[in-house]
Amino acid sequence: MKATRSMILVSSDQESMDRGALEVFETLQKQLVTFGLEEEISISMVDDISKRGASPLILVYPDAVIYGPVTPADVPFIVEEHLYKGRVVESKQISPYDLSGRVAWLSSRKGTLPAEHRIVLKNVGLIDPEKIDEYIINEGYEALGKILREMSPQETITTLKNSGLRGRGGAGFPTGLKWQFVAGAKGDKKYVICNADESEPGTFKDRLVLEGDPHAIIEAMMIAAYAVGADEGYVYIRGEYGLAISRMGKAIEQAREYGLLGENIFGTDFSFDLHIHAGAGAYICGEETALIESIEGNRGEPRPRPPYPTTAGLWQKPTLVNNVETLANIPAIVRNGPEWYKSIGTHSSPGTKVYTILGNVNVTGLIEVPMGITLREVISIYAKGMKDGGSFKLAQTGGSSGSIIPASLQDTPMDFDSFSKAGVSLGSGALLIANEETCVVDLAKVLLNFFRNESCGKCNPCRIGNQRSFEILTNISEGVGTLQDLKDLQMLSDQLYELSNCGLGQTAGSPLKDILAHFKAEVEAHIKLKVCPAGVCPMSGHRTY
Amino acid sequence: MPSIKSLDDLKKIREEALKKQQLKETSGKTEVVVGMGTVGIAAGARETLKAILDMIESEDLSDIIVRQTGNIGLDSFEPIVQVNLTGESKVTYGKVSPEIARRIMKEHVMGGEIVTEYQIEG
Repeated sequence: MKATRSMILVSSDQESMDRGALEVFETLQKQLVTFGLEEEISISMVDDISKRGASPLILVYPDAVIYGPVTPADVPFIVEEHLYKGRVVESKQISPYDLSGRVAWLSSRKGTLPAEHRIVLKNVGLIDPEKIDEYIINEGYEALGKILREMSPQETITTLKNSGLRGRGGAGFPTGLKWQFVAGAKGDKKYVICNADESEPGTFKDRLVLEGDPHAIIEAMMIAAYAVGADEGYVYIRGEYGLAISRMGKAIEQAREYGLLGENIFGTDFSFDLHIHAGAGAYICGEETALIESIEGNRGEPRPRPPYPTTAGLWQKPTLVNNVETLANIPAIVRNGPEWYKSIGTHSSPGTKVYTILGNVNVTGLIEVPMGITLREVISIYAKGMKDGGSFKLAQTGGSSGSIIPASLQDTPMDFDSFSKAGVSLGSGALLIANEETCVVDLAKVLLNFFRNESCGKCNPCRIGNQRSFEILTNISEGVGTLQDLKDLQMLSDQLYELSNCGLGQTAGSPLKDILAHFKAEVEAHIKLKVCPAGVCPMSGHRTY
Repeated sequence: MPSIKSLDDLKKIREEALKKQQLKETSGKTEVVVGMGTVGIAAGARETLKAILDMIESEDLSDIIVRQTGNIGLDSFEPIVQVNLTGESKVTYGKVSPEIARRIMKEHVMGGEIVTEYQIEG
């Protein structure tokens, strides 16, 4: 995939194919060459878009224009008018409404692409994060005032439940439900914790919010505290985020000066105070129970569950732990209502998602787009294509513990349900995009090296499983692997998932499992032919382990 | 600082802050915004900011507000500088070294000509 100015998708579901989608595709290819556009415009066939009676469909990006039904005879006119001259062919255009498949969410994109929809990052990059007044100008603390004055805690929780917001830390647990658990738990004292220990490699979305809009987190935590009945909170920020810690500290001070933190907030009997706790660089402390142990001053090791933190968390009190991005959505949901929030994104995963893009692409950085965008769109539109004209091989979503997405899944909508149906997970939102020069064995080795170092060592499956997986992969990369090793790897990745105590071990095996599922031939080449197809592994023939 | 005890208090503070901001906007002052997130700083935003401030001092410029903000997400283009001239739409520049910052100050802020070479969309 090269840097292209436009991308065309042709539907290739059964109905479209029956009605000549292939011919349309081929005519398109020829016409693009005729007009000399083949370098600028990429075309591909995708099978998960459709509209009954209107197929085959053609989707033109970044304008987000949909044509249908298109016959081969229509193609020259569309190419000349739209792609060459830039005028939309209105007679053939259909509305994005009532579409099934992944283009359904197009209707929520007002206007054209690249239209990012910023909720979480609304103020980031616009306001001065060190001035509370700038946050207040942008409707800041209005949501808090509204719920304290006009809504009961239960109404607040119901609002959140109705919005369909799901946790953005990776697991996608419904946020309203979590709040309900904490609110329903018995306890004389409750806590709210913001998990800002963003230690998943390649993820930096939370840092942007903390650095760019810290008051949004304070406001959201207070809304959460009011809803669940807490009066004290912690922001657990990873120690490496110096700037985020200092800006959050300043924000808390300013909020205190305005009386927005402290006693009798907004003249009600609701009181709340907030502390910052800096992490010390351990990956495991992003796991919520390890994070709680760390705040208590203990070694960061996860607790067995149950009991869950919602009933016995910090100092054994009911505790709500939410991710930064999850919290950043909340003031907007309270201000605009759950119906507004549900209109964005997909049906099962409303709202937007912040993705950090990195790897072998032309433009790295960060975007916030409605849930349901596909990997292909992210790469060609936001990342401006693969670097140096390389081709897409795989992507890893959600940092080191995330899934490996092969090219065959790049048209799957990125939302929690579609991804879990495809057997992969969305994770925290990091998109590591790799080209064909990446070797999967080498990639797995790097990941397992990370996990064997970061495993806290409390439970055997994780401590030993990660170490053994790393050793086996090292042997394979040196050209001394055996076919038995493959079976062992499979077994280890299963056991990591089934037997580990916490999320670290449970997800450590998932990239490995995906690699064995989608790139088995490449791993086998290392073993049977003693060749690394990507030319990355040393293949020295020496056994290290 | 006044303390906020009701939604009306919040509204009051908001309106005052808005007034102050509008005053700035209508006073004919130029705003130069530097992205100071971790990525920006790592890419040299502090040096860029310093160059802008030095330029204001050495050229004895008045009516210029220099502000900082977070990262807008275009990490590949950091350090990012935005220039808001009164009555014109915001112009965003990417990969602004101190050298380029001085050029932007001279040609755009003082001269009114956008330095298109370093302009980025968004």
